[in-house]
Amino acid sequence: MIINHPLLGPRDAQEFTYLGDAALIDRPDWQGEDAQSRFYEYLYLRDNPAGTHRELWFHEGGDRSWLVVTRNTVSHEILQVELARDVARAKGRSK
Amino acid sequence: MHDLIATTALGEAGPRADRFEGLSIAENPDFALVSVAARLDRQEGLSAAMKKAFGLALPDVGLSRAKGALSAFWTGPDQWMIEAPHDSHEDLAAQLGAALGENASVVEQNDGWVRFDIEGPRASDMFERLCPLDTRRMQPDAVSRTSIEHLGCFVLRRDAGEAFSVLGPRSSAGSLHHALCTAARSAL
Repeated sequence: MIINHPLLGPRDAQEFTYLGDAALIDRPDWQGEDAQSRFYEYLYLRDNPAGTHRELWFHEGGDRSWLVVTRNTVSHEILQVELARDVARAKGRSK
Repeated sequence: MHDLIATTALGEAGPRADRFEGLSIAENPDFALVSVAARLDRQEGLSAAMKKAFGLALPDVGLSRAKGALSAFWTGPDQWMIEAPHDSHEDLAAQLGAALGENASVVEQNDGWVRFDIEGPRASDMFERLCPLDTRRMQPDAVSRTSIEHLGCFVLRRDAGEAFSVLGPRSSAGSLHHALCTAARSAL
């Protein structure tokens, strides 16, 4: 599998490690009223789609950037690769 | 007073040099190394401060650039390593820290790394057995981090000839040296 790194170009998937669902970027507010149930969902509940899935990958054997990879879990086709920090900033996060 | 004797990363009195047909692998202990990472929203301030103090324009993704005794290479988004000869720039981190101020986090890396200079027309025959990088297609000023023998290493192409440097973790210098020499022996 080749991951087309937005900065470095196509790189072999063996240089990367996989974390999981890109929804992990959306960490709940720990001070919110419903924090307990939101964190329960954040920590334990995952969709397991057969098809398009957005996931977090880490370029461990490279520039150590976090990526959001959109991948078809059936065909392993990689549809889109973004820097995770760009994704987070687009959601209004500054850090 | 302690009477300490300086040793190289391989634990010897002087740098190791190995020769193969069409390839040489030479340990180079004469480098000072400092990491520079831009703080949040200070990328432009960092570039300007670096240019003002050292005349060095920080290189773009996957590149290195030299200016005088200093050279910088890209290590990740908004992060660079600055290299200089050790004997004349042992205090490089202090110089950079003073010049860059709040724009960047500056960390001395001296003695954290081992550097092997690899030269010769068969260099890529060795690299292709060691790492996924296509060193034949690297530009003369290209740099990339990769895995060699499970170690995160930087591979820098030094010039248009076949000259490379490999920077790896000093605590694994022996393993890295062994990997380089074993691949060279098997390739040549």
